[in-house]
Amino acid sequence: MLEVENLACLKGDRLLFRDLAFRLQAGGLLRVAGPNGVGKTSLLRLVTGLALPEAGEIRWRGESIRRAREAFHGDLLYLGHAAALNDLLSPLENLRFACAAAGDAVDEDDCVQALQRIGLADQLDLPARVLSQGQRRRVGLARLFLSNARPLWVLDEPFTALDVRAVADLAATLSQHCDAGGMVMLTTHQDAPFARPPEVLDVGVFAC
Amino acid sequence: MLSTFLAVLRRDLLLAWRGRADVLVTLAFFIIVVCLFPFGVGAEPNQLRAIAPGVLWVAALLACLLSLHRLFAQDYSDGTLEQLLLSSEPAALWVMAKVLAFWLSTGLPVVAVAPAMGLLLDLEQGGLPVLILSLLLGTPILALLGAVGAALTLGLRGGGMLLALLVLPLFVPVLIFGAGAVEAELSGSGAAAHLLLLGGGLAGALALAPVACAAALRISTD
Repeated sequence: MLEVENLACLKGDRLLFRDLAFRLQAGGLLRVAGPNGVGKTSLLRLVTGLALPEAGEIRWRGESIRRAREAFHGDLLYLGHAAALNDLLSPLENLRFACAAAGDAVDEDDCVQALQRIGLADQLDLPARVLSQGQRRRVGLARLFLSNARPLWVLDEPFTALDVRAVADLAATLSQHCDAGGMVMLTTHQDAPFARPPEVLDVGVFAC
Repeated sequence: MLSTFLAVLRRDLLLAWRGRADVLVTLAFFIIVVCLFPFGVGAEPNQLRAIAPGVLWVAALLACLLSLHRLFAQDYSDGTLEQLLLSSEPAALWVMAKVLAFWLSTGLPVVAVAPAMGLLLDLEQGGLPVLILSLLLGTPILALLGAVGAALTLGLRGGGMLLALLVLPLFVPVLIFGAGAVEAELSGSGAAAHLLLLGGGLAGALALAPVACAAALRISTD
């Protein structure tokens, strides 16, 4: 379970939000909402532990994520704005590296299957620099198929640049993960066809 | 354990191979800087012989500095660095893998051509083994110290210049003992003391620099 209490975020010398609190239970799907610049991405980065909060605490399974960093990061999958692709490597090489670096035990066949499932069967060995924005996004999202063992998924604008079918597929994948007892926290401005409507956390309510 | 270390090492070596033009530019820079000195100070063999150890060491140091900014820049801008920071292995480990791959792809080629450049400056052949040994011990220190500077200046405007200002003073002791080792060997007093000090410096840098570098990376990505 993910618990967030009294969270405050300082960006430069401006306080973005304060007293932000929420809980995410197993099976929960949380959509972080709010206008541009309100601090949605900043909130996600705080939750992942990449950034440090000005005040407040984030607990995973009852323990502060700063104290239990390694265990927390073993349970977390974060996909940010940038797709973490190197232009000189192929989608397959990029995906294999991402999994190996994260410590997931997956082999080449698993990666090939994940890329085929996300619709990149013909681009496996092309350098990533020739891919379109939507295709780059898909390479990052292919990690979702290989990360079922990680309960908490934190996704920053996962639907950006995807076509209608890919959006539907991704929504189905996220719903399945939640049904299997996982947790998803995401930001999006789109209405995605989730099986159940997600809980909504409006960051604007806590804005300063 | 070590899965992140090995993944980063393998990937960075592959990237160095794919982008080998960058490696060749570093090497060409080293060769050209050494070749400039005979034009500047005159092609008098005795004079060149006297300044050869220092020239070779300064050129190696500048070649290392020239490529340092590349160490984390690409991973920082494409988001790979964030993913690495989220791996459950300690960051100091994969930082070590990155520095090792960096040294293998930029430091080692410079060490490999250094004897040829030594002959160009008429360095006595007796000094060549010590030159190679001092570079083998010294250039990894430059890479480790430089990595801390590269991590601290990540994403800053004019980071390259700031990086040079930060790390060049730290390079001075390495330069003194590195060039000093060759001179001591040629003057007959033996290079053991200098090489031992370089070895000690390398051990210290190996122990401390990756931890400092990891902390700097966390600050830079915050």
